[in-house]
Amino acid sequence: MKVLVAVKRVVDYNVKVRVKADNSGVDLANVKMSMNPFCEIAVEEAVRLKEKGVATEIVVVSIGPTTAQEQLRTALALGADRAILVESAEDLTSLAVAKLLKAVVDKEQPQLVILGKQAIDSDNNQTGQMLAALTGYGQGTFASKVEVNGDSVAVTREIDGGAQTVSLKLPAIVTTDLRLNEPRYASLPNIMKAKKKPLESVTPDALGVSTASTNKTVKVEAPAARSAGIKVKSVAELVEKLKNEAKVI
Amino acid sequence: MTILVIAEHDNKALAPATLNTVAAAAKIGGDIHVLVAGQGAGAVAEAAAKIAGVSKVLNADNAAYAHQLPENVAPLVAELGAGYSHILAAATSNGKNILPRVAAQLDVDQISEIISVESADTFKRPIYAGNAIATVQSTAAIKVITVRATGFDPVAAEGGSAAVEAVAAAHDAGTSSFVGEELAKSDRPELTAAKIVVSGGRGMQNGDNFKHLYALADKLGAAVGASRAAVDAGFVPNDMQVGQTGKIVAPQLYIAVGISGAIQHLAGMKDSKVIVAINKDEEAPIFQVADYGLVADLFEAVPELEKLV
Repeated sequence: MKVLVAVKRVVDYNVKVRVKADNSGVDLANVKMSMNPFCEIAVEEAVRLKEKGVATEIVVVSIGPTTAQEQLRTALALGADRAILVESAEDLTSLAVAKLLKAVVDKEQPQLVILGKQAIDSDNNQTGQMLAALTGYGQGTFASKVEVNGDSVAVTREIDGGAQTVSLKLPAIVTTDLRLNEPRYASLPNIMKAKKKPLESVTPDALGVSTASTNKTVKVEAPAARSAGIKVKSVAELVEKLKNEAKVI
Repeated sequence: MTILVIAEHDNKALAPATLNTVAAAAKIGGDIHVLVAGQGAGAVAEAAAKIAGVSKVLNADNAAYAHQLPENVAPLVAELGAGYSHILAAATSNGKNILPRVAAQLDVDQISEIISVESADTFKRPIYAGNAIATVQSTAAIKVITVRATGFDPVAAEGGSAAVEAVAAAHDAGTSSFVGEELAKSDRPELTAAKIVVSGGRGMQNGDNFKHLYALADKLGAAVGASRAAVDAGFVPNDMQVGQTGKIVAPQLYIAVGISGAIQHLAGMKDSKVIVAINKDEEAPIFQVADYGLVADLFEAVPELEKLV
């Protein structure tokens, strides 16, 4: 079966971001960018399904600026067969991204679509669920285990109190949680080979999708800073401070 | 303006996060209705009717809603929600699972995990693991929003007397089915609602050593949490994880033991009122957010702390 994986180019998770002085957003100039960690897990899961003989082709798709080609090449080096870039310079909402992915799904007809559970920049946790709504497919969000059996997929999900398993009819949408797998690293020969794999570029207009949004970011501020704390010398002093100064115990 | 709040429940009891979500709805202003979608959840509907400020409870009782499968619940919420100005759910694993599906069905953008209400159409929410706060305005006819429970003080669970109305609408998409679940058992308070949280990290070295934290937690009436490192190392189950990818907590007191304080962990606890860090590495980033820091070996400090409190 064909598996479609969506990946996002985001600021690297180790970077401590700074808010711009004019409060228009976060300063991303000259900041290291990477593939969203949850998307790496999605690519890895697709590659493992291919290694098990379940998946026959892995198509990786990204929606973003021209530079998102780097993340698509990374996915190709990890084992994806071909890539699609939907080029859009503007910051799109999850709904717009879901609509663009729906257009790609309509064209590619994958049996399984794997996305990360959330992107670490916008922290929305919406796109997979929205794509499921638009396609009418079942959704297995926050997956920690994925097992394809014939025409259905069993997904074990991380929920607040523990774990839950659901069975979805294929085609279906799965979003990955951290514990689904440990992503591999791309080897140098595979990085070289990935340069020759096909990468197709399309525009939202060509897909016939409007990316208009009902949300507007008015401003972005730095969070309130915590006032500096103190170091105590002993456990006794700590208990004394908690009881008499902070009055929390 | 009428606001629809989706009740968080397990068919038996109403989850406390619902009270925080109703508090957010009250800040927006207007009539507040609560939807209980489940199976045999009459007790939950009655509990919802008693919440202060709620004027009507819709009880959708159907086998298709028993496990809150989003394929079945989302069409119900989208159908009922069409007449409302706002649809709110707690940013729990259920709320996060169902609400974006509702938003897409209604063709509107969603606003995730709001921490404050600025006006009926403008909200604040954290982005970049809590390192920036965005103010977002929605022009959608129906505003679909998930609420971070720790951002709002819960409303009173008693005092209301809303009418409970049965909803007949049944949606069974037939694309998904519930297979089973495995819930972690715990007698301690629920992590996201606890007044005190004691968390352990990689410095705990193994799962057995968490007994020191359990002993301290029991003495304080606290919940026990963990960093991702402790979960990945198999010390504790993953539902104990605090952080960007785990649970967001904001207790009165957060005690971080053997936790370095990575950005992703801080995202889950830095709104705690008082933060205490116990770590033997005085350079650990956790000390930059801790109100009280103790540079010490946790295996000596924690048992001593337990004796003194």
